[in-house]
Amino acid sequence: MSLSAAKLEVGQTFTQVVADDLTRTQIVQYAGASGDYNPIHTDNLFATEVAGYPGVFAHGMLTMGLTGKLVTDTVGDGTLTDFGVRFVNQVWPGDTLTATATVSAIRQEDGQHFVDLDLVTVNQHGANVITGTASALCQD
Amino acid sequence: MVRSGNGCDMVANGIDQSEHTDLDPLEGLIVSVERFPVEAGHIMMFARSIGDPNQCYYDDGSAESGGVIAPPTFVQASAQFDPVYPLRPQIGQVWFGSGSTPSGLTKPAPDAEPAGADELPDEGKGAEKKSSGAAAGGLHAEQHYTYHRHPKPGDVLSATSFPGKTWQKHSKRAGKLMFSESITEYRDQGGELVVTARGVGVRTEKVIET
Repeated sequence: MSLSAAKLEVGQTFTQVVADDLTRTQIVQYAGASGDYNPIHTDNLFATEVAGYPGVFAHGMLTMGLTGKLVTDTVGDGTLTDFGVRFVNQVWPGDTLTATATVSAIRQEDGQHFVDLDLVTVNQHGANVITGTASALCQD
Repeated sequence: MVRSGNGCDMVANGIDQSEHTDLDPLEGLIVSVERFPVEAGHIMMFARSIGDPNQCYYDDGSAESGGVIAPPTFVQASAQFDPVYPLRPQIGQVWFGSGSTPSGLTKPAPDAEPAGADELPDEGKGAEKKSSGAAAGGLHAEQHYTYHRHPKPGDVLSATSFPGKTWQKHSKRAGKLMFSESITEYRDQGGELVVTARGVGVRTEKVIET
């Protein structure tokens, strides 16, 4: 169900836990589906011994995908027109991520209503992992 | 559609970002694929991997979107259809991940020439030596999508990438920061634009100590 412009207010927020104790298996699952098999995400031996990281960590694009779930749950299926993020901090196995969308504008363009959202996804320590924006079509 | 106003934000935020700790290493930012068939099974696997049970990714009877559509970040999976995508093991070639040793590059290849560092993605180039995680390579700083419509099973997309803007900034911590943008246009079999993707990568002069 798409959003109704008449019922939206600037500053209104939508929030959702999009990963609860993120598993290495989910990272592997994302590698398989996306096709990005970089061993820094899937191979702990490589990540620690060769790349010098504390361990494997999530693809930035997995974090964007997880955040996309909040966005599409908020705006409805097939209504998204723009979605963009900045990658701010890495996401590690065990992280719990909470995504929040805040209505920044409700506007009309060519007779159609759009909602603009500011996005932020934080980890269990309260640190931003990504920030971004999204826009979607909505009903009158 | 790239809004001119965003460019300024991007530069300003780019500086902030570099002052944070690690970013994700640049991953296949530039993808050019001749033929990316959008398949229902692939959409299902992708939706599972991002933990999204929304029926519009699984159930063809889904009313609201008029059938299955792809999740917002799905076009990144066009990498599956890039025949030379460097972050996927290639059959018969040395892979830089671990096997009997931590990196496939550190054991002598029995017959074939080992893959040269030039053929590897940036992250792989540091494979011979242990280096700081955020090595002076490329980092994926931003990703943006504009949807002209949402891809659906049956689409056969093509992806064409071209370079966008480049700019430089200076950071005390990382030295010179070189930003570069790449635009990828995903078009359907009728030539219609479906998704425009804009990725921003940043290269640092110095290794960012974490």
